[in-house]
Order: sequence, then C-alpha cells, then structure tokens
Amino acid sequence: MSVISRFLSSRWGPVLTGVVIGVLAPLLVFWGNPGNMGVCVVCFTRDIAGALGLHRAGVVQYIRPEIIGFVLGAMVSAFAFKEFRPRTGSSPLVRFLVGMFAVFGALVFLGCPWRAYLRLAGGDWNAVFGILGLIVGIGIGIVFLRTGYSLGRSRPAPKALGWVMPVIMVILLVLLLVAPQFGRDAEGNPAGPIFFSTSGPGSQHAPIIVSLVVGLFIGFLAQRSRFCTVGAVRDAVLLRDGRLLYGVLALIVAAFITNLILGQFHPGFEKQPVAHTNMLWNFAGMVLAGLAFTLAGGCPGRQLFLAGEGDGDAAMFVCGMLTGAGIAHTYNMASSPSGPGIYGPMIVIAGLIICIIIGLTMREAKT
Amino acid sequence: MTEVITVDARGLSCPQPAMMTRQALQKLGKGTVEVLVDSPTAKENVTRLAKNAGWTVTVEDSPDGSARIVLRK
Repeated sequence: MSVISRFLSSRWGPVLTGVVIGVLAPLLVFWGNPGNMGVCVVCFTRDIAGALGLHRAGVVQYIRPEIIGFVLGAMVSAFAFKEFRPRTGSSPLVRFLVGMFAVFGALVFLGCPWRAYLRLAGGDWNAVFGILGLIVGIGIGIVFLRTGYSLGRSRPAPKALGWVMPVIMVILLVLLLVAPQFGRDAEGNPAGPIFFSTSGPGSQHAPIIVSLVVGLFIGFLAQRSRFCTVGAVRDAVLLRDGRLLYGVLALIVAAFITNLILGQFHPGFEKQPVAHTNMLWNFAGMVLAGLAFTLAGGCPGRQLFLAGEGDGDAAMFVCGMLTGAGIAHTYNMASSPSGPGIYGPMIVIAGLIICIIIGLTMREAKT
Repeated sequence: MTEVITVDARGLSCPQPAMMTRQALQKLGKGTVEVLVDSPTAKENVTRLAKNAGWTVTVEDSPDGSARIVLRK
C-alpha cells in the first residue's frame, strides 16, 4: 500500500490519474454515455438533480453511478491511506453559493472543466472558447487569492459528519437500483420520486456496474494524487508548480488517442454532441465557472473527492451544485444544443458580479 | 540569533498553505521557517514547494494528523 501511496503522491500521481480518466471516459461513451460526456461532474450532478425531481427537464434525468463512485472511491482511498479526516467550518454558506454559480456557468457552456478537456479531445472546437474562459476565470480568482481572499479555517469535526456525504451516495445507489420499481400515474407519466429520462442524454448511459467501477477506480486514484482540473492551472500560474497541470495534459492526450482508436474523434464546430456554437457564452459561462471553482479551492471532481475524505465544506459545495443544477434547468438558465437558455446570459453576469463581491470581501476573520 | 518565521496554515484549504509558505520563503531569503499544517495535502504541497526552492525540509508529524514542517536555508 505504501508503494502505491508514494507513487500517487509523487509527480506521476496526477499523470497516471489523467491517463486513466483519459482512457476510461471515451470508453464510457463507447459503452453508452452521451457523446464527449464519458465523465462530466456538473452534467452528471445535473442528471442526479433531475432524477430526484429537483428539475423536470425530461431529457437529463438519471442517477449517475460515476458520481457515487467518485465519492465512495475517494472514501476508500482516504481510509486506506489514513486520510479520512472529518472537518468543516470554512464558510460553508459561501461554498454553497459558489457551488451554485459554478454550475450556472458550466451549464451555459454545457460542461465542467473535465468535460471541456474531454470535448476538446473529441474534436469539439467550441471547447476552446470554454477552456479560454476557464483560464480567464481562474486568473481572476488568482488575483483575489493574491490580495488576501480566504474562506477561513476549517476545524476538526465529529466522525459522523464525514460520513454524511458517503451515506447520501449509498442511498443514491439504492435509489438507482430500485428506481424501476416506482410507479406511473393513470396517464403513464412517471410519478416519482425518481425520474429517469427515456430520451436524450439522460437516457444514454453505460451499464450501471461499469460506470460504478470506473467511478470507484477514478475516485480512489484522484483522492491520493490530488487530481484537480482547476488547481492545475492555478498552481502553474500562482506557485509555478506544474504537477497537477501534467495530469490534465495527460488526460487530454490519452482521451484524444482513445477517441481516435474508437472512431470517436470528429473535429469541427457544428453538430457536436450536447454542445452549442455560441462562442461568447461558451467563453463567458466558463469565466464564471472558473472563478467560482477557484474561490472554492478546486474543480467539481476535487470537491467530490474531498467530500469523500470527510470535508464537510466541500460537501456543502456539492449540495450547492445539486441545487444550482435544479434551478438552472427549472428557470431556463442552462443551454441546449440550440444555444444559451433565455436567462443564461443574465445569470452569468449576475453570477460574475456576486463572485467578484465574494472575492473582494471574504477575508480570514481575526480572532 | 537568526529570525524564525512561523506560518500557521492549519485549517486552510488549497492553495493557501503553499501560497503563505512561498511568501514567507521569499521574504526571508535565508534562515528558518516553521509551517504548521493539519492536512496531508498541505503537508505535501508545502514540502514540495520548499524542496523545489532549495530549502531543507524536516517534518515532525503529530498523532492527530497535523504536522510541524521546519524549512531551513
């Protein structure tokens, strides 16, 4: 175990994690997941929000086993390497808020940073504008970090707190398995409480066991290697440390090669799966997401892995993402393949203003 | 008596522990910096940063998972 631990914590840990994600994500598409969406933390959280009835966009409802696997795999890893450390108290309310705004931004682009890189590796050139926006958003976050931004200190918490998110994931897994048992009303419409898409991206998924095992494996590796798609850019700029960046580059290269082998590389702007071609809002959406993720200290995947090792603040961010996804699809903020939703541009601007206020005002309180 | 700077990064999340350490190392240039952390991630990040900047690193682990990292140059 200590050999694995040493390797994963070395500079090769994020590279290995990136290669594993880069190979497995396109394979998940091959096995049934939506195009260029082998893994998308935001899209999959949105699907879970839909499955729970937090929004009623019928085409994006499914309890994604990958998310469950991420949290539980990270928990197993945290126990194996003696890193399960329940903690909370670092501005949970603000973390909830930035989780919401991160999702608003990402759903205007149609993907989290993970999917932005995966879309690029699948030949979707619209992703270039999303990635540029992401870098700009992280850059704004870095300016705040350099000028004293902080969400304050967390404190050790009771063991039970660390178990909350893993237990929620086990409940989601049970709901996923028993969902087909739930009934329909007299007209044949699903009556809940669990809703699964019968068409659209939500209906496209790899077999449950495959998705779950992939999620567990990625969660295990990423917890120990600290893989983070936002920290990658942040650390390279802020600390001149490229350790995480090599992980992201490995992901892109591995996903590109795997897509080529599977015949899933289709270069172009038009008719890309679950994507639109509006350059401005692809860019601006990800500026908001990049800023929000940087204010929270990591990408959505990293928040799930942290939640798995007992971080109650990261768990609040995840709750914010889930709530934000419900709101985005209820109030026409999320984009569709035809373009941004009616309120997408408005929420991006409002989100940027609020995140900038958070960046300017949140400081460590002196006691 | 050489100056010792103490950086208390306990409870802070990424990238603050590494950032604060980097600032302290640049400010001091030479001498001793003591960094207090309470997460394995912060410990690894601070250690890597200091080693890359040419400082010698001594880690004193506590049973509760926190650590005192002493950096010298």
